[in-house]
Amino acid sequence: MSEHVDIDKQVRIYFLVFGALMVGTAATVGAYYLDVSVPVALTIGLFIASVKASLVACFFMHLIDEKKIIYWTLALTVAFFIALMALPILTSVTDQVGDFAEVEAHEPH
Amino acid sequence: MEIPYTVEAHPETGLNNGKIGIWLFLTSEVMLFGALFATFIMLRIGSDGNWAAMQAEAELNIPLATVNTAVLIASSLTMVMAWASLMRGQLGRFKLFGWLTVGCGGIFLVIKYFEYTAKFDHHHYPESSTFLAIYFAMTGLHALHVIGGMAWNAYFTGPGSKVFHTNRQWLTDRVEHSGLFWHFVDLVWIFLFPVFYLL
Repeated sequence: MSEHVDIDKQVRIYFLVFGALMVGTAATVGAYYLDVSVPVALTIGLFIASVKASLVACFFMHLIDEKKIIYWTLALTVAFFIALMALPILTSVTDQVGDFAEVEAHEPH
Repeated sequence: MEIPYTVEAHPETGLNNGKIGIWLFLTSEVMLFGALFATFIMLRIGSDGNWAAMQAEAELNIPLATVNTAVLIASSLTMVMAWASLMRGQLGRFKLFGWLTVGCGGIFLVIKYFEYTAKFDHHHYPESSTFLAIYFAMTGLHALHVIGGMAWNAYFTGPGSKVFHTNRQWLTDRVEHSGLFWHFVDLVWIFLFPVFYLL
């Protein structure tokens, strides 16, 4: 019986999360039509997407109430994911530094 | 030979092995899509300001993609409702929500088909531009995941559901695992949609 009550409570949360995800989708599309610069648009868009993804992960994937081993596994994955995302950004920075050094080397002293 | 810990929790992890397995699989999926997102960032940074022009030339259909986003979010709700129905012991409702999930996946693919054919009609192919190359690669890989998830869900909603009468907990756990995969596919689309269509 208590299991049924818990499930009923969870189902209500699922519908609330569904509503929030739909609102988030509308907000994402709405933000597209705002007259803002590209960096601001990127920030807004990715922020809303991150909030939506967190809702899916926490409630639909039950991560809000999961065993420690899953949290540790995901923490390790997040660390590798950040390293993976940092690679292209670092490469870009290195290239720009390289270009700058090359220009300096060719400048007459 | 009986495989241990398929239903009961393993004493070391506190979870059945199926759940550990699906989470490990999903972490590998994070790295797979992560590598493609990293490629996307690299291509965008290296496009020398031509990205917006390539994106405009690709003429992506924002209203269709918005509908697809809503369809996939709705399918996540039906998926979790299918699992909740099994937890309540309601086989009929489980099947209803299970087939609704598969149906939503089908609608998503049909819309994607119309999007792709519109691109091909305008002679927009993966080799046409860097933007279209990564667009087709990432959305195509995502669509393959949708097909895989549909097959998985269709099996447990159809022939696999017979187990309900003999081992209900086993079926409930398997549906939870397939749900984790399905929600992950939804989660990836939540990022693909703004990244390709809006930003």
